[in-house]
Amino acid sequence: MAENYKLVDAPVEQPLSMHPKKFALWLFIVTVVMIFAAFTSAHIVRQADGDWLIYDLPSMLWYTSGIIILSSVFMQWAYIAAKKDKLEQVKLALGITTILGILFLFGQLKAWEQMVDANVYFTGNPAGSFLYIFTGIHALHLISGVIYLIYMLISSLRNKVHSENMLNMEMSSTWWHFLGGLWIYLFIFLLLNH
Amino acid sequence: MATAEAHIDVHAHDDHHDDHHEQSFISKYIFSMDHKMIAKQYLITGIIWAIIGAALSAIFRLQLGFPEADLGWLRPILGKWISAEGALDPEFYLALVTMHGTIMVFFVLTAGLSGTFSNFLIPLQIGARDMASGFMNMLSYWFFFIASVIMLISLFIETGPASGGWVVYPPLSALPQAMSGSGLGMTMWLVAMVFFIASSLLGGINYVSTVINLRTKGMTFSRLPLTIWAFFLTAVIGILSFPVLFAAALLLVFDRSFGTSFYLSEIYIQGEALPNVGGSPILYQHLFWFLGHPEVYIVLLPALGITSEIIATNSRKPIFGYKAMIISMMGITFLSFIVWAHHMFVSGLNPFLGSIFMFLTLIIAVPSAVKVFNYLTTLWKGNIIFTPAMLFSIGLVSVFISGGITGIFLGNSAIDIQLHDTYFVVAHFHLVMGAASSFGLLAGVYHWFPKMFGRMMDTKLGYIHFWLTFIGIYSVFFPMHYIGIAGFPRRYYSFTNFDAFSGFTDLNMFISIAAIATFIGQFIFLFNFFYSIFRGRKAPANPWNSTTLEWTTPRVPGHGNWPGEIPKVYRWPYDYSKPGAEEDFIPQTVPFSQTMESNLPHENDEIALEKEMEAEEIVVVDANKH
Repeated sequence: MAENYKLVDAPVEQPLSMHPKKFALWLFIVTVVMIFAAFTSAHIVRQADGDWLIYDLPSMLWYTSGIIILSSVFMQWAYIAAKKDKLEQVKLALGITTILGILFLFGQLKAWEQMVDANVYFTGNPAGSFLYIFTGIHALHLISGVIYLIYMLISSLRNKVHSENMLNMEMSSTWWHFLGGLWIYLFIFLLLNH
Repeated sequence: MATAEAHIDVHAHDDHHDDHHEQSFISKYIFSMDHKMIAKQYLITGIIWAIIGAALSAIFRLQLGFPEADLGWLRPILGKWISAEGALDPEFYLALVTMHGTIMVFFVLTAGLSGTFSNFLIPLQIGARDMASGFMNMLSYWFFFIASVIMLISLFIETGPASGGWVVYPPLSALPQAMSGSGLGMTMWLVAMVFFIASSLLGGINYVSTVINLRTKGMTFSRLPLTIWAFFLTAVIGILSFPVLFAAALLLVFDRSFGTSFYLSEIYIQGEALPNVGGSPILYQHLFWFLGHPEVYIVLLPALGITSEIIATNSRKPIFGYKAMIISMMGITFLSFIVWAHHMFVSGLNPFLGSIFMFLTLIIAVPSAVKVFNYLTTLWKGNIIFTPAMLFSIGLVSVFISGGITGIFLGNSAIDIQLHDTYFVVAHFHLVMGAASSFGLLAGVYHWFPKMFGRMMDTKLGYIHFWLTFIGIYSVFFPMHYIGIAGFPRRYYSFTNFDAFSGFTDLNMFISIAAIATFIGQFIFLFNFFYSIFRGRKAPANPWNSTTLEWTTPRVPGHGNWPGEIPKVYRWPYDYSKPGAEEDFIPQTVPFSQTMESNLPHENDEIALEKEMEAEEIVVVDANKH
């Protein structure tokens, strides 16, 4: 779903307002926010009912949170470098961001393994199920981000990402920062409520 | 802005270029990216769904009105769902009710109404060549189409379609053991709804970004027709609420297929405990109604917008309280998100919360009443032209009032204890949401048919259709209030098994006859619609002497909508019967400098601005030449 607006043929440039594609991305972000708002509210409502399993958050989540913050830093570096037409830096920064993104996904998988080792499964008390839902659905969105990053990396290797062609760079960095921010929100939420 | 137009014109030229190559049948009629064709696709699909949805209701009305009747003659269609004695299968009765609700709410009044008119009117009324993204628009229709196909197939599978009510509350919907419809039928329902949500979101994102980004020069937000305001706010509601339904459905899918316990607590079936622990079915209700209530306004707001436009045009008067209309629509949009728990007054909700939600619910009466008063005051002393579209619009105001008033009863948490889940509720929401939105849909079809197909629909058939529908709708739903107050619950298969409850047999029979007559009456419309597409009288470019931009296009607008430049907008869309003006309407494209005789003092000031605007444009065009 996240890629839909990417495939669109270029609409007409509007000098006075935000680019329609970028605007559509922000609207899509709103829908993703609503999905996770629903999940986290469901978590709160359900937790208030009692009969709630208390478990330890997998330690791996601390590392993946660090990775995702780091990747956002590199994404921002790529964005600034593209703006300044430093094409070699763009390639490097985008490459590192992509690798960190994939690393994050593996980290989340490891976190699931830690959960299983602690005997908290997807089925059973909803307390555990919610963690799988948060991480799983977030990971699905993050995969779309990684695909977008790979697309950007290929474009940058063809020297197509530069200050004159920033739309995709702006959109991919917005999307990536959003996904990072979303994870940090979910992580803090879990820290406070698990 | 002028640069934008220059670009757009280049784009339009390209499209024109394509036309020379003759678009293939597939790219013109099937995988079309043109907003007008997509609108027609939505309309035709919506009409087909409306026939199916109404036919289902005709079948269960037969059962309710004539419980003893031999329905054996339906066996060719329903097969094994009719027993050997000619009785309707009780489980299939539940499936009929469920599918009627699902089809009408989502496939007809969401996709068929919003999909048709948002797609058709947004670019035409704001002065855009097409939607912000034609591809996303196409994808939106085809996701809807996939959803349609899956939902349609589910009607014919052996275990029957989903049967747990259109709200699909767990645990009934979550456990395949609960009823046969909760098996494969429910799975297909969920899959279809996932596609439907994706379609709605793609459409909604497109509508909002088109309205924000692609308005023509001079089309400020305070000059937007109320239709566009309504479609815009509808899309906003959709973007905020459909993801929540998606989340609710997803958790339900996990409960059904992966053994989680979000909604399922400890349950025993035939003495055996299910493995589920610690779920909460109330959680589903919260999530569902967080969409479910805004959904009511997703269905209703476009109809109200269409009505504003038609009533102003056919009263030959400016809409009364343009700003009040916008503010009340915004109020409804905002309030729609904070009233969901009024659907759950009897679910064990904390009574204190109940009173808060009751208070918030009753506030919605204020913006709704503002809208009704504005319709009535627009009609007041107007030169009313009774086109079929106008009749349906006035009909909408009527059913909106009579259905809305019962909403005040139901919004009271104390009265709701008696009325909850009775036919009173059925009567209420069918009038205020079902009938009102259908009337808006029909009014819109009658009004914009000339622009869609370049031909006129037959007016006489339109009148017959209106009066049959109007009288029919009231005959069906008005008596239901009495049945509801008497305490008859909805979704029951039969009331005649016990003498104590068979008091309203006659009334039920009357309702059924009225419902089936109304259903048959719709075929007049269908004939009129399809006949007029091919054989109708050719329409003039502006048959209703309307002011908005879509009527400045050619009789049948081509790809890109306007053959030349996109017209500029100089005034609001409701300059009807302006004192001093030559004609009784002034299109939005006429500058104030050309209507000195009818300008109000503050409008004369606008002339200077118009001149500035034009001077600026020349500078920009010159700059672009270099």
